Amino acid sequence: MSRKIVVGFDGSEASRRALDFAVSRAKLQGDSILIVHILEWSPYSFLTPNEIEERHRRRKEELERAENAIITPVLKEIEAQGVQVSAVMKYGHIADTICKIAKTEDAALIIIGRMGNSGLSTRIFGSVAGTLAQIAPVPVTIVP
Amino acid sequence: MSTFAQRLFPAALLSGLMAAAPVAAQTLDEKVNAIFASSTGWFVSLIFANFPGTTFPWIVAWLVIAATVFTLYFGFVQFRAFPHSISLVKGDYSDPDDAGEVSHFQALATALSGTVGLGNIAGVAVAVGIGGPGATFWMILAGLMGMASKFTECTLGVKYRNEYADGTVSGGPMYYMTKGFTERNLPGGKFLAIMFSIFCILGSLGGGNMFQANQAHAQITNVLGDYPGWITGIIFAAIVFAVIIGGLKSIASVTEKIVPLMGVIYVGTALIILLMNFQHIGAAFGQIFEGAFTGLGVAGGMVGALIQGFKRAAFSNEAGVGSAAIAHSAVRTKEPITEGYVSLLEPFIDTVVICTMTALVIIITGQLMTDPETGLLVLNEAGTIQTLGGNSGVELTSAAFSSAFSWFRYVLAIAVILFAFSTMISWSYYGLKAWTFLFGEGRTKEITYKIMFCIFIVIGAAANLGPVIDFSDAAIFAMAVVNVFALYFLMPLVKDEMHSYVARLRSGEIRKFV
Repeated sequence: MSRKIVVGFDGSEASRRALDFAVSRAKLQGDSILIVHILEWSPYSFLTPNEIEERHRRRKEELERAENAIITPVLKEIEAQGVQVSAVMKYGHIADTICKIAKTEDAALIIIGRMGNSGLSTRIFGSVAGTLAQIAPVPVTIVP
Repeated sequence: MSTFAQRLFPAALLSGLMAAAPVAAQTLDEKVNAIFASSTGWFVSLIFANFPGTTFPWIVAWLVIAATVFTLYFGFVQFRAFPHSISLVKGDYSDPDDAGEVSHFQALATALSGTVGLGNIAGVAVAVGIGGPGATFWMILAGLMGMASKFTECTLGVKYRNEYADGTVSGGPMYYMTKGFTERNLPGGKFLAIMFSIFCILGSLGGGNMFQANQAHAQITNVLGDYPGWITGIIFAAIVFAVIIGGLKSIASVTEKIVPLMGVIYVGTALIILLMNFQHIGAAFGQIFEGAFTGLGVAGGMVGALIQGFKRAAFSNEAGVGSAAIAHSAVRTKEPITEGYVSLLEPFIDTVVICTMTALVIIITGQLMTDPETGLLVLNEAGTIQTLGGNSGVELTSAAFSSAFSWFRYVLAIAVILFAFSTMISWSYYGLKAWTFLFGEGRTKEITYKIMFCIFIVIGAAANLGPVIDFSDAAIFAMAVVNVFALYFLMPLVKDEMHSYVARLRSGEIRKFV
């Protein structure tokens, strides 16, 4: 049975490994892939008056850059391999947003790459993979 | 300071400056002060002129009446809409798919970083030092009423902002004066906008700049010992220069993150002191209430307390001044009225919560001297209340907090410097918006204003408190004169917005997303 796999992708090495793993599975089982690119954003961060004024322009720039530099090339590449693929770009908290998308898209699986950060920064800021493992509504595969 | 200063100045130059400082600086300070006082005196006298035959400044009445009119006209919106305002800030009504724009919380936090600052620390001390505990009552009342003024101006700020092709936005009283007056077929909008812009530039150089530099210097010398003000001025000017001209956004964004933290530390410490003196809080409120209506032996009596309370509240929360309308205009929302609701929380947080805490700490720690026989406050020759150690302004607040925790004066010194810095950054933005409204956008024009802004930091740090504080008040109150005048003509537009929004909220058309 064809299923939908959500893959968190930000263009990094780790996310590339996760995507490759997802593609290999999709080829074997006839799954479709939904690439999810989340731009980290919090409504509670503090901004200067200048940043507030330019926020809208920057958002447009960020979206354009993400689409042109990250999403479009990878979509073309995977389509060329004969795998059904689509992409979605959202703003928000990465792990929460991936979970929401997995729910609304009725996905069967989330695949995410492990950045391999250890120590203090992960303790303070948490890791996306770790959070997903705790809160995801569907099984999560973490690709090392 | 030394490490930081050494980064800015070569070591030889710095040691030369320090060695020459005591003699050269005193004369320079005095010169700057004399020129400053003589050149701005007429402006201050005009703005703070009393009603004939009374000691009541007309400008205070102007703001009190405006806040009362808006409160009544909008049916006590500040109390009725308070829970909805909190829901908006929490993001309950924000469409998750809209995420990525500026949230209500961010607009509120940014506007607050411009208003929460020295007014809450030094301004309150000045009010209580002159007007006695009773000034606090009038300050709270002014804060509560001012919420309606802010609601009106910030709604208009968003409604009539300019949105440019590149996606940036500019707004503020200049824009609602021109566009709003045209929409209502009223003459004089352009004239008001120009007047407002001129006063806004003066206000940005006064209260948003010189007062900050002046009080920051007072606080630094309080901790490090006396040295000339122009040294602080030059260091501050160099950092502000790096941010607003050099494009070192990182300094500003770091400050913007530390300032809320300092606010939390300040309020937290005030709360601890109040909890430690829990048994005195009732008596302190008794003094505040009694002093509000009797003056408790304060020079000027009840009216003196009232004037001080209202003056300091307006200086601290800037309701009716129009500055917040510039800060809030850039928020991204489909409904201008929502920003009005959010902005009314500002005077509440700034004045009703933070200023009251400062006043309570000063009163409870016994900084104000009372005559043991009569129980009345003791006045000194200058007509102000005698304090323990003869402190005034930020030093009075520092003494009050340090009486509970001796280390707090260091925390306060850092807080004051950061507050002063973030207020300067915010006001440099407000002044710049007024400047570009008058002279047009353009790199050279913007740099001219920014350099002028930096020069005034040095003047502010070098001049004595008296002339600086008077000029600061006068320039900011002059903005309020023009702004409130325009608000009277434009308030029906805000009422239409409010009725439409409330109707859609009740019908369920506007719904919660959380």
